[in-house]
Amino acid sequence: MSAAPHLNAPPALTHFTTPLAQTPFHPRTEAANRLQGWAPWAGYMTATCFGDSTMEHTAIRNAATLYDISPMVKYRITGPDAVAYLNRLTLRDVGRLAVGQVHYTAWCDDQGKVMDDGTVFRLGPDDFRLCCQERHLPWLLDSAWGLDIRLRDETEDLAALALQGPVSATVLAQAGFDIQALKPFRMTTCPFDTGEVMISRTGFTGDLGYELWISPDLALPLWDHLMQAGALYGLMPVGSEAVMLARLEAGFITTGMDFVPVQHAVREDRARSPFEIGLDWMIAWDKGHFTGRRALMAERDGKSSQWALVGLDIPGNVSAEGAILYFDKRREAGFITAACWSPTLKRNIAIAQVEARYDSCDHLWVEIYALRELQYQKLMLPVTKTARPFFAPERRRATPPGRF
Amino acid sequence: MTYDALILGAGHNGLVTACYLARAGMKVLVIEKNDWVGGAAVSRELTPGFTYSNCSYVASLFRPEIMRDLELPRHGLQILPYEGGAVFQEGGGYLGMYRDHDANRREFARHSARDAEAYDVYSRDVLRYCRFIRPMLLRTPPDPARFRPRDIGELLFIGKQVSGLSERQIADMVRFWTMSISDYLDHYFESPVIKAYLAVSAIIGTALGPMSPGSAYVLLHHYMGDVDGNIGAWGFARGGMGSITKALSSSLQASGGEIRTGAPVARVLVKNGRSIGVVLENGDEIRAKRVISNMDVKRTMLKHVEERELPGDYVASVKKFKTRGSSGKLNIALDAAPKFAALPEGSPAIKGDLHFTDSIEKMERAYDDWKAGHFSRDPFQDVMIPTMIDPTMTPPGKHFMSCFVQYAPPKIGDLAEGGRDWTDADRDAFGEACLNQIERYAPGFRNLIRHVEIRTPRELEAEVGLTEGNIFQGELTFDQLLFNRPVPRYANYRTPVRDLWICGSSTHPGGGVMGAPGRNAASEILRDAKLSPKDMSDAWPVL
Repeated sequence: MSAAPHLNAPPALTHFTTPLAQTPFHPRTEAANRLQGWAPWAGYMTATCFGDSTMEHTAIRNAATLYDISPMVKYRITGPDAVAYLNRLTLRDVGRLAVGQVHYTAWCDDQGKVMDDGTVFRLGPDDFRLCCQERHLPWLLDSAWGLDIRLRDETEDLAALALQGPVSATVLAQAGFDIQALKPFRMTTCPFDTGEVMISRTGFTGDLGYELWISPDLALPLWDHLMQAGALYGLMPVGSEAVMLARLEAGFITTGMDFVPVQHAVREDRARSPFEIGLDWMIAWDKGHFTGRRALMAERDGKSSQWALVGLDIPGNVSAEGAILYFDKRREAGFITAACWSPTLKRNIAIAQVEARYDSCDHLWVEIYALRELQYQKLMLPVTKTARPFFAPERRRATPPGRF
Repeated sequence: MTYDALILGAGHNGLVTACYLARAGMKVLVIEKNDWVGGAAVSRELTPGFTYSNCSYVASLFRPEIMRDLELPRHGLQILPYEGGAVFQEGGGYLGMYRDHDANRREFARHSARDAEAYDVYSRDVLRYCRFIRPMLLRTPPDPARFRPRDIGELLFIGKQVSGLSERQIADMVRFWTMSISDYLDHYFESPVIKAYLAVSAIIGTALGPMSPGSAYVLLHHYMGDVDGNIGAWGFARGGMGSITKALSSSLQASGGEIRTGAPVARVLVKNGRSIGVVLENGDEIRAKRVISNMDVKRTMLKHVEERELPGDYVASVKKFKTRGSSGKLNIALDAAPKFAALPEGSPAIKGDLHFTDSIEKMERAYDDWKAGHFSRDPFQDVMIPTMIDPTMTPPGKHFMSCFVQYAPPKIGDLAEGGRDWTDADRDAFGEACLNQIERYAPGFRNLIRHVEIRTPRELEAEVGLTEGNIFQGELTFDQLLFNRPVPRYANYRTPVRDLWICGSSTHPGGGVMGAPGRNAASEILRDAKLSPKDMSDAWPVL
C-alpha cells in the first residue's frame, strides 16, 4: 500500500436533513419522475418508477432506456501491483483481462463466502476500476497489505448511465458516438463536450446495451444530449422496478437480494460460497493464491456445498415472490429469492436457493399465496429447473450491433 | 396473618417477582423502606411540575415478555424509542448519531471513511453475540458442579448455543468476553472519537476503565436489549423511569398484591434454618411463608440476616462479591433547552445521549482518578434530555436533564486505607465538575438551571440501598456472571436460609432495568411451591 485512501470531500454538517444523497443526474430524473417514486440505493435516491413500470420495461425490450447507475460503488485501483492485488482479491484471473476489457467477477472472505459480485474494468496496464453493490473500503484496504497499489473510492467522482435496449446502439450513433465496432464487455472513450465519455458494452438487462461513464460536471449535458438523440427512437428514463424485472429475465443475481453478502450475515449459516450461488465457474484455480482459495478447494474436493442456486419455471402466471419450496409438498427444501411473470418470455420464472441435495429440483413444489382482492389463495405448484439466462436474445451480442 | 410471599423492596425486580407470584394465586406483600416505590427505577417530582428519572434514565433491557405477561401497557407503560446522540470534541467538533443508516454512515465518514464502513461489520459481530446471549436471560443458570437433571439440561442448552457456532465465531466470542473494549474496538476502528462513542456502553455502571479486560462484555450487556425488536436500541419510559415501577405496582394491585411503603426492614426472622418473616425497624413483625429480597445480596445477607445463620464460606463469598460503586448522577430541572455550540440548527443529536469525552484515553484518565479515590476531575458523562420527546415530564419549553457521571468512588481518599465517606463538600465539588463541563460545550447552560439533584455513591446507597452505590447490585464482570452470580451454588435465586430468596440484580442475568432476575426468581419460587407459573409466557424464541 503506497498511499492513504482517497477521502471524498466531507459532507456538510447538515447532511442529516438529506440522508439520501442525490446523483449528478438528479435535476433531470426528478423532473421526469411523474410519481416522485424514490428508493434508497447505496445511500443515494434512485427512481423506482417514473410513471409506469410496464411501459418502462417494454422500452427496455423494444426501444432504448436510460437508467441512472451513479449510485453504483466504484473503486479505482492503480499501481505496479494492481494485477496481483485484484488476483488476490477476486475469483477470476485479472491477468487475462485485456486493456479496454471488462469482466464480471466476485470475491470472498477467507472462509470462501461471497462478499459481493461486480465488474472489473481494465483501463490501462496498471489501472482498474471495480464496480459493485456494497461498500468494501476496510476490506479492500486490508487486502492490499504487502502490495504496491493506490486505492481510491471514486463513487462520487463518476456519474454513470445505463443505455439499454435494442435501439441503444442507434441512439449512440445518432448522438455521434462511434461504437459500431465495440464488442460485448469492451469499452471505448469518445470526446464529449469539454471532456470525454467512457462507453462500455455492459449492462444488467441481458439485452443490447451500453453503460456510459462521465465526470459529474458533464452529467447533465450528456443526459440532455442523449435524450435529444433518442427522441425519435422512444428513448425514455426507467426506474429500478423495470430494471429489476429485466435483470430477472436475464437471470442475473443481485447481491443482497439473491444472496446475503457474508459481511452482513448476522446468522452465520446465511453466508454462501460461489458454488452455492452458481458462481463457481469464475474461479481461476490456476492463477495462484487468492482469498478464500483454501476453503473453496476443500468445498470442491469434499463436495460440501450446502446450497444451490437454480432457475425455475413455474406453471401459471402468479409470481412466486417470497415463496417457500417444499420437497414432496412437505419438507422445506429452499426458497425463492426473485420471481416474476415475464412479459417478454410469457413464462412464470424464478431464482431460488435450494438445499444442495435438491439441486435437481425433482419433486419440488412451491407454495404461493396469491393475493386476490384482499384475500390470499394458496397454490401448491410443481416447479421445473430451467437454465439461466431465461432470456438471451442474439441481438445482445451482435457486432456490429443491429439498428433495432 | 401470614403472607405466602413477602418481598423486601419495591424496585422493578421485586415488583416483577411479586406480580408473577400474585398472578399464580399467592398472597403477596411488598414492603419498601422509602415513602415511594421504584428503587432505582423511580421518578420523583423534586421541583413542582418537573418529573425526574432520579436513578436509571433509559430503557432497553426490560424484557418485553414481562411487559406482555403483566399487562404493563394497560397499566400505563409506554417505551419511546429515541433518536440522536453526539460526542462533543475538544476544539468545537462533534460526532453525531442518526437512526438513518446512510446519514449515520456519512456522519462517521466525516471522521473516518474506513470506520464508516467498518461500523457495519462491527454491528454485525456485536449483534451475533447478543443473539447468543439472549436465550439465556430468562433461564436459571445451571450449577455445573451438580448433576441434577435440570442442571444437566441447562448445561446442554448452553452447549447447544455454542455448538451452533463456527470455530471462528467461538474464538471471536471468547476474545470478546475477555477483552477490554479499547482493544476490541481497535480491531475495527481508527478514529478516536468514534471509538470513544462506542466505548460508552462498556463502562457505564462499571468500576472498570475502557482499557480494563472484561469491559467488552459490559458493552454487550447494554446492547442485548431492544426497543420493539430493534436490538441494541434504547428508549425512554414515557413519564420517566418511574413509570415502569408505577405500572408494575398497578398491575400487582390489580391481581390482589399489597404494597406497604415507609416500612424499612430491620431483620429477617430465621427459625430452624427457615425464614418465617421479618421485623421492621419500628418493631412490627410480618410473617410470611417465604421472604424474597429485592435488595442486593450484600445488603440482604450481611445487614438483615444474623451471620450465625449462614455458612462461613457463603458469608465469605458474599463479602467478596464486588459491588464497587463507580458512578454518580445529576438530575437537573431546566428553564429552557440548552444550546450546544457545535450542533447545527435543527440537529436531532440533542434528542439522544450526549457526551464530552472524545477519546478512550480521556475515559481511562477519568478512571485513573477513581482508582486514586477521587471523583473524575474531567468526568465522563452520559447526558440525556428526555423532555425533548416526552411531553409529560415538564411544562412546555422546560426540560429535565439527566446526567449519568463516571467515575465516582464509593469512598474518598486512599481506598487501600479504607478511604473516608463522602462529605457534602465533596458532593458539591463533584457536581461543579460536571456542570462546568457541560457549560464549556453549551455556554449559558448554567443560567437555565432551576434545581440540581446531585447523587454520589453515598446518596445511592443511603436512599436506594445499593451497596457502595453500585447500580448493578454487583459488577458485571465475567467472574460474577451466570452460575457465579452472586455466589457459586446459589445462582438459582436461593440462599442458605430456606425460604429466603433473592430476586434483584445481584442475581443472573444482572443489572439494568431488565426485570429478568425478578421473573426468573418467581419461576423458581413457583416451581418450589409446586404452583403453575400462570401467566408466565415462555421466553420468545430468537429466530
